[in-house]
Amino acid sequence: MSGRGARWGLIAATVGTLVFIYFPLAVVIAYAFNSSGSTSWPPAGFSLRWVDAALANTGLRDAFVTSVAIAFGASAVALVLGSLAAVAVARYRFFGRQAISFVVVFPIALPGIVTGMALSTTFATTGLPLGLLAIVIGHATFCVVLVYNNVVARMRRVSRSLEEASSDLGADTWQTFRRVTFPTVRSAMLAGALLAFALSFDEVIVTIFTAGGVQTLPIWIFRSFRLANQVALVNVAGLAAILLSVVPVYFASRLTSDTGAVARG
Amino acid sequence: MTVAPAERPAAASVSRRVAIWLDRRPRVRLALLLAAPVGWLVVMYLGALGVLFLNSVWLRDEFTGLVSRTLSLDNFIEIATTPIYRTVLLRTVGMAAAVTLTCAVLAFPIAYFMARVASPRVRGLLVVAVLMPLWASYLVKAYSWRLILSEDGLLNWLLAPIGLRGPGQTEIGLWLVFTYLWLPYMILPLFAGLERIPSSVLEASSDLGARGGTTFRRVVFPLVIPALAAGSIFTFSLTLGDYVAPSLITTTQFIGNLIYLNFGAPNLPLAAALSVVPLLVMLGYLALARRLGAFEAL
Amino acid sequence: MRIHRAMMLIAASALALSACATSGTPKPSFNLPTAIGAGEGALSVLAWPGYAENGGTDPTVNWVKPFEDSTGCKTTVQVFGTSDEAFGLYTTNPGKYDVVSASGDASLRLVRAGYVQPINVDLVKSYADVFADLKDKPYNTVDGVHYGVPHGRGANLLMWRTDKVTPDLTTWSDMFDPSKSWFTDKKISVYDAPIYIADGAVVLMKTKPDLKITNPYALDDTQFQAVVDLMKQQKPGIGQYWTDYAKQQQAFEAGDALVGTTWQVITNLLQAEDPPIPVKAIQPPDGATGWSDTWMINSKTPHLNCAYKWLDYIVSPEVNAQVASWFGEAPGNSKACALSAADQANCDAFYAADVNYWKSVWYWQTPETTCVDGRTDTKCKGFDDWVKAWTEIKG
Repeated sequence: MSGRGARWGLIAATVGTLVFIYFPLAVVIAYAFNSSGSTSWPPAGFSLRWVDAALANTGLRDAFVTSVAIAFGASAVALVLGSLAAVAVARYRFFGRQAISFVVVFPIALPGIVTGMALSTTFATTGLPLGLLAIVIGHATFCVVLVYNNVVARMRRVSRSLEEASSDLGADTWQTFRRVTFPTVRSAMLAGALLAFALSFDEVIVTIFTAGGVQTLPIWIFRSFRLANQVALVNVAGLAAILLSVVPVYFASRLTSDTGAVARG
Repeated sequence: MTVAPAERPAAASVSRRVAIWLDRRPRVRLALLLAAPVGWLVVMYLGALGVLFLNSVWLRDEFTGLVSRTLSLDNFIEIATTPIYRTVLLRTVGMAAAVTLTCAVLAFPIAYFMARVASPRVRGLLVVAVLMPLWASYLVKAYSWRLILSEDGLLNWLLAPIGLRGPGQTEIGLWLVFTYLWLPYMILPLFAGLERIPSSVLEASSDLGARGGTTFRRVVFPLVIPALAAGSIFTFSLTLGDYVAPSLITTTQFIGNLIYLNFGAPNLPLAAALSVVPLLVMLGYLALARRLGAFEAL
Repeated sequence: MRIHRAMMLIAASALALSACATSGTPKPSFNLPTAIGAGEGALSVLAWPGYAENGGTDPTVNWVKPFEDSTGCKTTVQVFGTSDEAFGLYTTNPGKYDVVSASGDASLRLVRAGYVQPINVDLVKSYADVFADLKDKPYNTVDGVHYGVPHGRGANLLMWRTDKVTPDLTTWSDMFDPSKSWFTDKKISVYDAPIYIADGAVVLMKTKPDLKITNPYALDDTQFQAVVDLMKQQKPGIGQYWTDYAKQQQAFEAGDALVGTTWQVITNLLQAEDPPIPVKAIQPPDGATGWSDTWMINSKTPHLNCAYKWLDYIVSPEVNAQVASWFGEAPGNSKACALSAADQANCDAFYAADVNYWKSVWYWQTPETTCVDGRTDTKCKGFDDWVKAWTEIKG
């Protein structure tokens, strides 16, 4: 792939792809500030009426708060479970090690509808009520891999010898973890948790099956399609959703130079 | 303040004793590390899949709509003998394959540019630029496409001056939407795969007289197959199980819509049996991807 | 290996669990309450969007707050999108919702499954004022036992864009005619649920009298097959299936749909746009399907008094009128019309008191294998068959 022509071709393709990736988001933003409630293109003019209406809508506000709470819960669980599994896989050789990396990826590699149906039938079969708990369990399960991948990648890059040196110098398990291991993986853990937060905040496929009546922001958006006087608000809610999932991802990628690990989510 | 100093050494010594005990027992340490994550995934995930299987071999009482716990293969027989289910399954798999292929083709130029051409600074920016929309509200993106594809939407508005029309809210429109939604899932692993190819390999190929196209075909492509397979797991699986985008964009049914319809009907056992189908398809796909080395590239 | 064994263990324990649980439906033998006592302080409501507004949609639209203030029952509201979704929420969470606004295609299922309890209608002050033709219907009264209080009703209407479709439409058959331009252009918009099959049955009642369909929800094998064939024949002309207002509203606004089955409220919204979308909706003389909603009480509710207070409140003339005009439907309470000129206008717009209008409306009802038209010499197609047929119709 040499030559100026090829190079310019690649640049054009890259720019084209980025435009393709971003223009639907721009459309949402344009409609969020539309002065009419109509969906025809182009928007009639600029106004903040839908933003004001969205801010006054308590249903939307409650859904937003619920989503934040769920995303916190799910990313906290994912953070603990993903980090533990990552340390085990990166630092120990044991039977079934391959199986663990496989099982961790499973919930995200299988279609969301399967995960949703599995959790939903499990709750129905055991008589447990669907709701917050079911949502958090579902989200945490497929978020584990995000933390796991980030931490494993970091630990593979950080030489084991640092930990061995710490232990040779007389540090015990806790001290080595606190002073050596943890500081090296801290930012990877945080990056993973941020990604988990963003994924949970945005998730709708599994959530619909497990919500049992709880309204998360995506479910509020989904339901709003059915409410005549709320459709225009969807774009504003969408803008909020975009911001709240994009910001954590931005910080996550700042935290880890190993961007590939993020991509592997 | 007077109590603390007395307590601390005691506490410290307990923790120290535990630490020393643990130091000598790597197996115990490992078990403690693995207990929670493995327990969670086995109980909450594999366990739930087990219950899903169980429900798929139960029946539903037609009169009450409740699940009756009688073992039976009726749901699977029903799925196998009703032509519409086969049609929908084939359509879904076809769509997933088409979307995967398109994503792979579209992802290559930008991934190659990011990995092999761009300066490190630009590369970093591009990775973030591709990554961010991946996480930005799926539902809103799908909804945005519904607006874009509608009769007097943006696409027809843009194409009108050159006398063309967009695909509208059809299967082709949906194919475009899916490609859009999952493209970053293909770009990022492919970028990582391309980045890993040592420059010396490409130089060697060129030194041996291979031209750009030959180098690509005989050297680059074989080396990124694992990355392509890894990315394709996501594009394929996400298309396979989606029911929201199809119902937002088209009138066409996909396997997810049937599951959702029967989940709501509600005929939980039939919905469970229907979900086993994409599960099996995906397990087959994962096995294939694994042979292509996808899991090393994940 | 280890994972394998653990999975078997879980499967085994789930089996054991299932063996312990009782299956089948307990028929409630019930002592109806004779008075409404003090409220329990809480109430959970499952409702169609727009039926139990608490200011969440529009801060000025709130009839939950006055209810809370006067009864002390702290009320949480959950909305659902389709009857199937409402029933699904009950199956996955039977104890959660104290009261529910169920359409006829959900109510009977709720009764059969034992999720809702018989009601002492004497405790609901306004019950006497409910339109007579809404009472004692098969979807709210089973074997003479009342399971709820009628709330409001609407017909599924035939709507078209008057600027693109001329002359005015007069019959449902226009939506099934492959020679029409909106059919060949795929500009037809229909409701996306198995219950829509009944619309086809209504058409055949008129066009194929020899099929002898007397009730669109009671179809034997031959009748059902004929209806399904008709629906399949309509499929190529359909450009859109809708369950949400937004989808249909946008489609008519944008010209993606020119003809369709609709609800009055969507027509009103389109006509209220600026500039107004030129649409017209009628109930063709062929008759129509429609819905009649009933407030029901959970059989396991711990908040029985609050539930009764809610029923009493929500069908009282003032509140019933508010809900009906906000949602866009005919109120169930006959006294809801005369409260103000605006309420009267709403009642007129929705034919609330027009007995003849409603005579040709077939309210949604769950199809059962025991024919709901009273035939005993044959079996009818149950809801499972309707779901499966719907899947085949959509293709």
